[in-house]
Formats: sequence, structure tokens, C-alpha cells
Amino acid sequence: MMPSVSPVWIVQNLWLIPALPMVAAGLCALLKRKERGLSAGLAIGSMAISLLLSLKAFAEALAHPAIQVKIVDWMQFGDQWIQLGWLLDPLAAVMLVMVTFVGLLIFIYSLGYMAHDDNFGRFFCFLSLFAGAMLGVVIANSLLLLFMCWEVVGLTSYLLIGFWFQRPAAAAAAKKAFITTRIGDLGLLIGMLWLYSQSGTLVFYNKGFGCLEQGALTAMATHATVAGMAVSTAIGLLIFCGAVGKSGQVPLHVWLPDAMEGPTPVSALIHAATMVAAGVYLIARVYPLMSGAALEVVAWVGAITALFAACIAVAQNDIKRILAYSTVSQLGYMMLGLGVGGVAVGMFHLITHAFFKALLFLGAGSVIHGCTEEQDIRNMGGLRKFLPVTFATYSAGMLALCGFPLFAGFWSKDAILHSARDWDLSRGPFYLGAIGALLTAFYMTRQMYYVFFGPQRLTEATITPRAVAKHVPHGNAVEPVVSPRPGEVCAIEDPHESPAVMTAPLAILAFFAIFLGFVGTPAWPWFQNFINGIGVAFAWSGFSEPGLLSTMLISTLIVFAGLLLGWWFYGRKPIVRVTDPDALETLAPPLFRALGNRLYVDEIYSVTVIALSRFLAVFASWLDRFVFGGLVRLVSWTVTGVSWLDAGVDRFVVNGGFDEGCREVSRGGRLLSRLQNGRVQTYLSVIAAALVVLALWLLWGHRG
Amino acid sequence: MTPLAGCLLVSSLLFAIGLAGALTRRNAILVLAGIELMLNAANLNFIAFWRFGPHPEFLTGLMFVIFSIAVAAAEAAVGLALILAIYRHARTSDVSEITEMKG
Repeated sequence: MMPSVSPVWIVQNLWLIPALPMVAAGLCALLKRKERGLSAGLAIGSMAISLLLSLKAFAEALAHPAIQVKIVDWMQFGDQWIQLGWLLDPLAAVMLVMVTFVGLLIFIYSLGYMAHDDNFGRFFCFLSLFAGAMLGVVIANSLLLLFMCWEVVGLTSYLLIGFWFQRPAAAAAAKKAFITTRIGDLGLLIGMLWLYSQSGTLVFYNKGFGCLEQGALTAMATHATVAGMAVSTAIGLLIFCGAVGKSGQVPLHVWLPDAMEGPTPVSALIHAATMVAAGVYLIARVYPLMSGAALEVVAWVGAITALFAACIAVAQNDIKRILAYSTVSQLGYMMLGLGVGGVAVGMFHLITHAFFKALLFLGAGSVIHGCTEEQDIRNMGGLRKFLPVTFATYSAGMLALCGFPLFAGFWSKDAILHSARDWDLSRGPFYLGAIGALLTAFYMTRQMYYVFFGPQRLTEATITPRAVAKHVPHGNAVEPVVSPRPGEVCAIEDPHESPAVMTAPLAILAFFAIFLGFVGTPAWPWFQNFINGIGVAFAWSGFSEPGLLSTMLISTLIVFAGLLLGWWFYGRKPIVRVTDPDALETLAPPLFRALGNRLYVDEIYSVTVIALSRFLAVFASWLDRFVFGGLVRLVSWTVTGVSWLDAGVDRFVVNGGFDEGCREVSRGGRLLSRLQNGRVQTYLSVIAAALVVLALWLLWGHRG
Repeated sequence: MTPLAGCLLVSSLLFAIGLAGALTRRNAILVLAGIELMLNAANLNFIAFWRFGPHPEFLTGLMFVIFSIAVAAAEAAVGLALILAIYRHARTSDVSEITEMKG
């Protein structure tokens, strides 16, 4: 795979794909608020053109799977040019198509979902900006360009989580997301600087001179740093910090569930399908840099995240929050896949997950929309009858997420579990992942039973609002679940199906959630081979790889066990009343309470990290106020004192001396003027005296 | 003591008396009288140096003195006229009181 500079039109003009949505965002920002149709049209139109261009790029990548790059000079530092550029390879092509396609569907869905919102235009402006930045991340051929787009993505995430900033919870969640991801980005930034100092360039591929090509890699792998760790490993781990923040891996996962305060299409697009996958994509992009030790860390962090988040998801009651924890968990699987199986394994799950998770979130949005902004699953129930399309598509997404055989998630998750089982270093990640898969099936079944089965509880819930939820007393969790969106009237009405503009994207996504997995089955591993740049042929013998069928069997059993457990707890007896306790809660109240409180991670952070930083802030404030302020005051007092002294000297010594001199001169003048009294006789007396003296002197001189 | 020395002694005595009178008197007329005394002391010197000098046969000293006396008479007349005019104006002849023109 020797990179080459390509004269192909689409490679030369790949920048158009991110630029179009960005330009659309800029235009939307200039439009008046009432130009709703125009701004939505701009956003959707630019996204559609980007999709067409992406498909063209995809076709080009299919024809020429080698990495094709385009480098542009950006600015000069001394005698060095900072170079930016973009690249087209199968990895980027797949991501381009996924982001533009899912993005376009979500844009269309937003037309329906946000129809009643006052700030419709602003919403599409932010969405377009996000899409542009995300596409920029995907095509970047320079870590610097990737980082810039990465930060714009973070910014739009902040803007969109806080889109309804009138709600304190949304504003707080936006801040939390921004600050938490910044912590990871600090690592990424340090890694980037280190990479630059080591290899002298941040361009990934540049005819043998890029930082991901053989020359630079060999130099970095042989150069050891602290504790015998190769420089490339250290840099890889620092870059992984950025991915941990963005992709919500433990321990920086806390922002992602809170990010569900944003509008549901945002949750679907940014916090499930694309942006959070950017971290995974980043690791896939710098994969040549990740040495064995770094990948080991990636695998373990991913596996722990997968299980940890799945546990918490079991006890959540907010429909979007369950999906959020499921996203964290699935991102963990992707990291695990990257760590144990390579780029293709992780990326396959990323792509399938993007489709079915977007589907689930949009389905959840449809449910929320149909139930007039209700988000607590305990208050729903029986929606199967009211929202048939949503129910059907949601089921497809749920089965794909659980990894039900033949659905998309089955193939991709199975590939990860298979790689984890074959991992030489440890079986630990495999067991963590397997238990996570069981829990995934369990919590999704629980959610399905709560939302779609049993009697309808919405009316009861609206008439007698639930007392403050006792499981989740923490701040912005579930407490005010019924929070009317600004500018929208909340009326008590029966649940209703969403308009076609919302259900059509659901149907399309459901199609992919069911069938997308077939592009990467063991018998026809087209996707994996495409990513790895090799040809593919259909062969049943792919299934005969050692251990593969048994892994498939195990994971199928796990899924069925999870579904069965879910049915046992939640499906056997229908949940009739809003106040019915959770089946798992009656079984193990302390455990359920701990999980419901998200294993107290937020609380732990607030008594450790946040308390520490608050202490540091107070200390710094004290230092500033008393020590540095004191120094400044001391200096100012000294200066004031010196100036007082100076003024005194001036006033009393200099001025006094001068005045005294003047007085002396004037006194002398007065004294002299007394001689000149105008009396001739006086003058003559002087002359006479002088004459006498002169005569005496002459006589004295001639005396002898 | 030579006759010249005696003459000079008298003349210098006369000059000193005249000077003292001119400097100490307040009355303008007496000041003028002092000045006349000093002038006459000078005339006396002319005569003395002529008479006991190397050429007494020429009448140079006598001529100087006659001129000097004539000029002194004219001067005394002018001086007295001025004093009279001042007296009429200021009603006094005391020189220390006439201070109108002092700056």
C-alpha cells in the first residue's frame, strides 16, 4: 500500500465534502430566524451533495484501494512549512459514506422532530457545522487538521447539547461534556506535540515522509523513553487519551449520558452514531503508531467500559439514558475490537453500530415525540399499539444491538468476541465482553417491555405525576422527566405515531440494521478485506476457522439467555402501574440502587477530582489574593512611599533651597541698593575715602 | 621744611577742610562754599608749583589761576542761581530733603 499522489478529480477535490456543510452552516447563521425552510434546505441539500461526492469517493476507493493523498502547504514556521492535507483510503471512504448517509437521514428526521421549535434555523446551522467538522476529521491527512476538526466537533457537541440552554440541566450537561472531553484532548494535544518533535511532521502519509510511514515509525519505535517504553507507545497512549474523552471510555464516560439533554436527533447523530465514534476512528487512523503495549491498554479499557456501562444501563429509567449507556458500552466493544483484532474488526462494529444506534435513538425520539416529551420508561407502556412503525423499526434496532443472529450487530460483535477469544495475552477482555453482551440483551429487553408492552400507563402518569424518583436522586438524572420544551405546549393526549418525515428514516435505518452485517460475514468478509485493501471471494470455508463457530454459538446462547432473563423479569407479569417497583429492585435493592446511581462515579468525581480542583482553585485564589496581591500591594506602597518622600524633598529641600537662594539674592540686592541712595554726598564720601586710601597707598609705596 | 612743602601743606589742609565741608554740610550753600575752598586749594597749588618750579620767569601759573578764579566765579553764580531756584521750588535748601528725583 504505497501512498501515491493522485491526479483523480475526487481526490483533488475531496475537501468539498466537509466544506459544503460548513458553508451551509455559515449561510444558515446569516439567515433570519423566520427563514426556516431555507436553512433546513441548505443543510439537507449540502448534506445530499456531500453524500453523492462521498459515494464517488467510495467508488474511487473501491477501484484503487491504496492510500491516495493530497498535501497543501498551510503556513511557514521559520524554514519549515506546516502542511495540511486530505487522504482517501478505504477506511476514510467507509466513514465518509456512513457519516453523510446517517447524517442525511437524521437531518430529514429533524425536520419533523424540531418542527415546533423556535430556533429551527440555529439547529440546522449547528448540525451542518457538526457534519462538516466530522467529515473533516474523517478525511484529514494530518493530525493537526484532524485535531482542528476534532475541536470544532467538540464545540458543536457543546452547542447542541446545550441547544435548549434555558434548561439548567442542559446547560450543565453541555459544560460537563465540553470540560470532560477537554481533559482527554489535553492528552491528545501533548501527544501531537510530541509526535511533531519526534518525527518533524504531522502529516500521516506523504510519499514516505509522513509520521505514520515506515521511516518515522522505525525511529520512534527504537527510541526509548521513561521505563523502557518506546516513544511511539507513549505517543499512542497520549492520543488514546483524546479518544477516551471523545468516545466516552471509562473513566471519562460521565459526560455522554448527560449529553442526552440535547434534542434527540443530536443524541442520535452526535452522541451515538458519529462523533463518539470519532475516537475509535482516530485510533484506527493512527493504528500504525499503536504498538503492542498501547493496544493492550486500548483493549482493556474497551473491555472494562463495555461491561461497566452495560451494568449501569440495566438500572436506568430514562429511555435515552439507557441508550446512552448502551452507546458507551458499544464504544467499549469497538475499542476492544481495535485492541485485539485490528482496524477492520473495530471499524466494522463502528459502522453497524452507527446505523442501529441511530435507529434506536431516532426511535426513542419518535416515542418521546409521540408521548409528548415523556422520557421515563416507567410512565410509558403499551406503545406497540399506538406507534406500530416505531415499534417495528425499534425492534429491529434492539435485536441488532443485542447481537441477535443474522442481524448486523451479530456479525460485528461476534467478530470482536472471536478476536478477543483468540487474543494471546489474556482471556479477560473476552469474558468482560461476553458478560457485557448478556447484559446488553437483558437491558434492551427490559426497555422493550417497559416501553412497548403491557398496559398504557402514560395517562395515569400525567394525571398523577410520580413523586421524585427515588432511585436517581442525583441532579439532572430523571427527576423532572416531564419537562416541556420551550415554546411548546404540553397537552395530555393519547400517544400518537410520528409523521412520515420521521418514520421514513427509521425504516431505512432499520433495513440497514438488519442487513448491513452481511457485508462482513466470515463467509464473505468483504468489509474487512476492503479496509485491509485485499480482494475478496465468497467461501463457506470462512466459517471453518478454528473456534469461530463455537464463539458464534456461545454468543448466540448469551443473547438468548439475556432475552430470556429480560422476559423472566419484565415480560412474565405485565407492568401495570407506574408505581410498580422494578422487578430487579425487589430482588436486590442495594445493587439496583447503586446501578441506578451510575455506580456513584459522578459522586466519586465530585468528592475527589472536583473537590481537589476546587481546593486548588481556592488555594490559587488565596495565593493570588494574598501572596501575589500582597507583593503587588507592597510594590505599590513602596512606590507611593518613595513618591511621597520625593515630593517632600522637592517641596522642602529643593523648593526651600531655591526660595532661600532667591531671598538671599533679593536681600543682597536690597543691601546693595542701600548704597545707591541717590545722595551725591554719599557717593562723594566713597570717592573721598577711596582717594584717601589711594593717597596712603602711594605714600606707603614711596616712603623710602 | 622748604617753602614749597609749606605751601602744599597749607593747600592740602585747605582742600581737606573744603572736602569735609562739602561732604558733611546739609545746607546747599555751605556745600558750595566747601567746593570753593577745595578749588582755591588747587589754585594755591598752581601758584606754589609755579613760584618754586624750574621756570618762574614765565607767567603760566598766574595765568591758570586767573582763569580758574574767573571760571569759579561763573560757576558759583550758576550754582547759587540753581540753589535759589531749588529753594523757591522746595522751600528748603537742605540737600538731604530734596529727594524728588530719587528712583
